[in-house]
Amino acid sequence: MSRPKGFRQSMAWLHTWSGLVVGWVLFAVFVTGTASYYRSEISRWMRPELTDSAFDPAATATHAGAFLQTTMPNAMAWSIRLPSTKDPEVEVYWWRNPGGPYHHALLDPATGEPAKVRDTQGGDFLYRFHFELNLPPIWGRWIVSACAMILLIALISGIVTHRRIFVDFFTFRRDRSAQRGWLDAHNVAGVLALPFHLMIVYTGLVTLSSMLMPWAEMTAYRGELLRYYAEAGITIPGRPPAGRPGEALPLGEIVTRAIAAQGQTPELVVVSNPGDAAATVNTYFEEPPGLAHLHPQIAYDASTGAEIGRVGEAGPATRTGAVMVGIHEAHFAAAPLRLLFFLCGFLGAATVASGLVLWTVARTPKGADPEGVGLRLVRLLNLGTIGGLPAGLAAYFLANRLLPVDLPGRADWEVRTFFIAWVAAALAAALSRRNRAWPLALAIPGIAFLAIPVVDAVTVGEARFLGFDAAMALLGGLLLVGARLASRRRQVQQRAETILHRTAQA
Amino acid sequence: MSARVESARGWAAQTYRLAVATRVILAAAGGYTVAALASGWLALVLPGARAEAVSAATIASFAIMAAAAVWVFAARTLSRAVLGLSLVAALLTVGLWLAGAFQPGAAA
Repeated sequence: MSRPKGFRQSMAWLHTWSGLVVGWVLFAVFVTGTASYYRSEISRWMRPELTDSAFDPAATATHAGAFLQTTMPNAMAWSIRLPSTKDPEVEVYWWRNPGGPYHHALLDPATGEPAKVRDTQGGDFLYRFHFELNLPPIWGRWIVSACAMILLIALISGIVTHRRIFVDFFTFRRDRSAQRGWLDAHNVAGVLALPFHLMIVYTGLVTLSSMLMPWAEMTAYRGELLRYYAEAGITIPGRPPAGRPGEALPLGEIVTRAIAAQGQTPELVVVSNPGDAAATVNTYFEEPPGLAHLHPQIAYDASTGAEIGRVGEAGPATRTGAVMVGIHEAHFAAAPLRLLFFLCGFLGAATVASGLVLWTVARTPKGADPEGVGLRLVRLLNLGTIGGLPAGLAAYFLANRLLPVDLPGRADWEVRTFFIAWVAAALAAALSRRNRAWPLALAIPGIAFLAIPVVDAVTVGEARFLGFDAAMALLGGLLLVGARLASRRRQVQQRAETILHRTAQA
Repeated sequence: MSARVESARGWAAQTYRLAVATRVILAAAGGYTVAALASGWLALVLPGARAEAVSAATIASFAIMAAAAVWVFAARTLSRAVLGLSLVAALLTVGLWLAGAFQPGAAA
């Protein structure tokens, strides 16, 4: 690579290399993040034992409070997510220290006892993976954020490089040459969803901004972060524990008051310093219709049930930040719009994948020149990521249906299956012959995804999962089409080489 | 090809790699520093409520970092990139000092 001159050349150089170094992580983030648009649907499919049932919010909260009182009476806080149309179970967390560990359980709304359901992380695993990579949270978040910043830079430099953005959009020279075809595919996938790509990377950074960029808060508030959150209208200021024990009302009592005050059932109830005389119950309601991720909140005294405070009104700048978080998560989006977000995320993964493949195609030596170590390494990582990750995903879903329901540490085994399948598929593609590598790398996950509806029909077989199973079959079909295209291209290439060889001999 | 040309070419490649590595480090560390200083300064000088200034400054910080990093790679020479970032960082530090960020006690 020669020294870049001029602005556009330096940006082209920056786009190529910044894109390459973070491409594999970004592919994984795009795929799991895109799947997270259907996090609740995935969780429901992975917990087939749970069904919708009518519940009484007050009684449910009282039951959950009683369960937490027996489990950890001296916790720092308890958190109770009441059932909703999206998730039929009561999800509780409790913890003693702000840094965790965070204990977790799903409760039966009717009894307040742990729900009889298979142990799984469900869609939450994919959701957390897309910004923590299954690493310790701080590490994972910083790595993903660094990759996101580099993606932002790659997008800016990509736009600068790509001056004929409108003309190129209508150009697809699939049959001209492999390199042209991949370049055009990369451009179409990148430009078609460019507003989405810019939005998703920037709003993703804003989502983690209090960890990534705390310096505005630090300067203006001298580190008093809770004061900032309270003044900005993000949270209700907390109050310190009194240090003496107190008698709390049943939680249902407070939920009843919250319903009366707000006209709707709270989504989430958080009890701070339970058992203390100054214990506080914070009730969070669903985001009002609109884009912003801002939950109405009312805080109550746990012993008297008196209202302590409400969250303030957020100003335009804070609301802008909340809208950014809101459109990243797309909770507001109804089914058609959510599908559009999903397709845009899919195009994001396709842009990254085609860019990675383009890097290798553009550097394939002509004629008999030997391939460098770098090129071979990138090709193997491409195979292992683009083919391996989908294989891991399919294996994660299959493990959910096939592992024994009462296996100890079952949720961990599902996650292990995900990684084992990923590594195994990557190795299989890496060890196969060059011309079979791509067809194999795509056929393995293709077949695995096609197996999901079959396995589901045999093990659970419920009509309400038909939609999910159809989506899995569609994914499997698409991957097999990809495998077929990859093998046909190899055949064409081989035939051309044979003819060339014969001509040379003649 | 003589050995001298070969070694000169190898040396040029080494210098080139070193220059690229330096720009990468400068874009990451320098870009973050400029973004952090800018968000701190904006949080103090933007008009309106303090919390609003903090929110606006934080949201803007990522665009500032991306712009700084792009500048590092677009600058014609490495020394220009270093000079440009240092100048901006120095100005922002003076701005922070003028806005009272380094005085003990609570800010405005």
